[in-house]
Amino acid sequence: MPDAAVISVAGLYKRYGEIEAVRGVDFEVTAGEVFGFLGPNGAGKSTTIKMLCTLVHPSAGTARVAGHDVVRARDEVRRNIGLVFQDPTLDEYLSAEQNLRFHAELYGMPKAVLPARSREVLEMVGLWDRRAGLVSTYSGGMKRRLEIARGLLHSPRVLFLDEPTVGLDPQTRTTIWSYIEQLRRLEDITIFLTTHYMDEAEHCDRIAIIDDGRLVVLDTPEALKAAVGKDRVQIQTDDDPAAIARLRERFGLEAAVHDGAVTFSVAGGERFVPELFAELGVPIRAVNVARPTLDDVFLAHTGRTIRDAEASATDRMRGTLMAMRGRR
Amino acid sequence: MVADVVRDTERVPAKVTVPARSLRGDLRVVKVVWQREMIRFARDRMRIVVALLQPLLFLFVLGTGLSSMVPAGTGGVGLRTFLFPGVLSMAVMFTALFSAASVVWDREFGFLREMLVAPVRRGAIVLGKCLGGASVATVQGVLMLVFAGAVGVPYSPVLLGTLVVEMAVLAFALTALGVMVAVRIRSIQSFMALNQMIVMPMFFLSGALFPLIGLPHWLTLLTRINPLTYAVDPMRRAVFAHLDTAPGQTLRPGVTWWGWPVPTMLELLVVVLLGVAMFLIATVRFQKAD
Repeated sequence: MPDAAVISVAGLYKRYGEIEAVRGVDFEVTAGEVFGFLGPNGAGKSTTIKMLCTLVHPSAGTARVAGHDVVRARDEVRRNIGLVFQDPTLDEYLSAEQNLRFHAELYGMPKAVLPARSREVLEMVGLWDRRAGLVSTYSGGMKRRLEIARGLLHSPRVLFLDEPTVGLDPQTRTTIWSYIEQLRRLEDITIFLTTHYMDEAEHCDRIAIIDDGRLVVLDTPEALKAAVGKDRVQIQTDDDPAAIARLRERFGLEAAVHDGAVTFSVAGGERFVPELFAELGVPIRAVNVARPTLDDVFLAHTGRTIRDAEASATDRMRGTLMAMRGRR
Repeated sequence: MVADVVRDTERVPAKVTVPARSLRGDLRVVKVVWQREMIRFARDRMRIVVALLQPLLFLFVLGTGLSSMVPAGTGGVGLRTFLFPGVLSMAVMFTALFSAASVVWDREFGFLREMLVAPVRRGAIVLGKCLGGASVATVQGVLMLVFAGAVGVPYSPVLLGTLVVEMAVLAFALTALGVMVAVRIRSIQSFMALNQMIVMPMFFLSGALFPLIGLPHWLTLLTRINPLTYAVDPMRRAVFAHLDTAPGQTLRPGVTWWGWPVPTMLELLVVVLLGVAMFLIATVRFQKAD
């Protein structure tokens, strides 16, 4: 295919009154990718996803999804996308099956494929046995899984997941991710998701980091982490001062004791460990190599941690509200 | 070509193609939105019972209690018989406006968004909602018809059929009114409060509880601009036409415009046109909703 971009965004901009929610972003998402939009709350993730889903009109710029312009060809875009929102959008008084049937009718799915397709998506998220149960009897995780199944029902080319795991316990989060992994294996689909959990972004093929309405960086998780550079190595030895001295003399590395272990930073930590064992000359009892996290990446690109960024976004919002009130 | 088919030996997911928008697609949307309202109505037995309670109170408690005060004026027709059409319209009105609350409900619980992001005509969703609420309200009215015999209204098939059609017309108009109001309201509390502001004045000014003849000018005017008046009157005419005893002069139904008696068909046409107008306004308002 000459053009494999399923989503292409150019100069996308959105202003709500005085607030610039999205200040001009450009990116492309390739077919079959799991593309992550990472950033603190209030960074413009949800606004961007809403523009791509045709729910919000961009103030400027263009976006094409599945080959259609999100403003001029709204229905064509809608036919080709599946959506899972942060907030639940299920009818709790209907069963899982009835929710799916409602969706199928809304999307005008051919009746003949519905039974097979329903079974397929329900089995994928492990809810086939519970299909007749009312959604009100479901747990939070089951509801989210059902939303994912429903978002997939009409075989969308792009599935949008807005914070798919927010508010779920860690175990359920893991389960949701295993479904997403399975999904990309089985279906011919592109996944666009937003998250503010650094660890979750690692599941993506590529990550765009967005902060304060601007795209800060876009790359694979590995490349992003590699750009940050060094791994953090912690070793427990029989003689820490000797180990620190030897590290300085032999390898030219500055080490210090943190949390009861000799700690230092080095590029390619995993490959360094064998060398360390061979040449340190001090018995090593335990080794821990920590790859740089996306948290480090965010810090390196924005100069602040995601936690700080969220706090300042809240402050900014509060400041704007105060200003609006003061003017009145 | 053949190679393409056998390419994936593991599993081929059932492939769905979402068709372009069509009239048939719109009708499917109307139907499924309607069906959902019916499923929810059938599941909620408590709501059916509660919705019967208030009309029954008016009919049997108020109707019986006040009977002793007005024997002279009813001219051989029991007060409860007189009240029956009014109470039918009450059952329909309460249920229809309550059904419209489902729009607000859907917004609060997020389900509205599922409908708003689908590639469908918004008018189809509104029509499904209106028809759903209208069906539910008509069913509720039909349940009230069971009590006809207890208040001296005969179970004549023609009468019952006429009443059902008239109730259905009223039910659609009132659901459309409710939906028109509901599409822009975000909390169920505000909707309920607004509902109360609409329901009681409409009910009291409709002639459901008293004849529309010989009222003071201000009250005559208010009853004539009340849409519900044009639904209660045809029902009362139908009921009175099937009684053995002719009602006294003071109870005789009939809406007049500056002295001109308005025919039943015109009354119903007023209700239908108002219903259609409110449906169209609801659709326009819904198109702008997010």
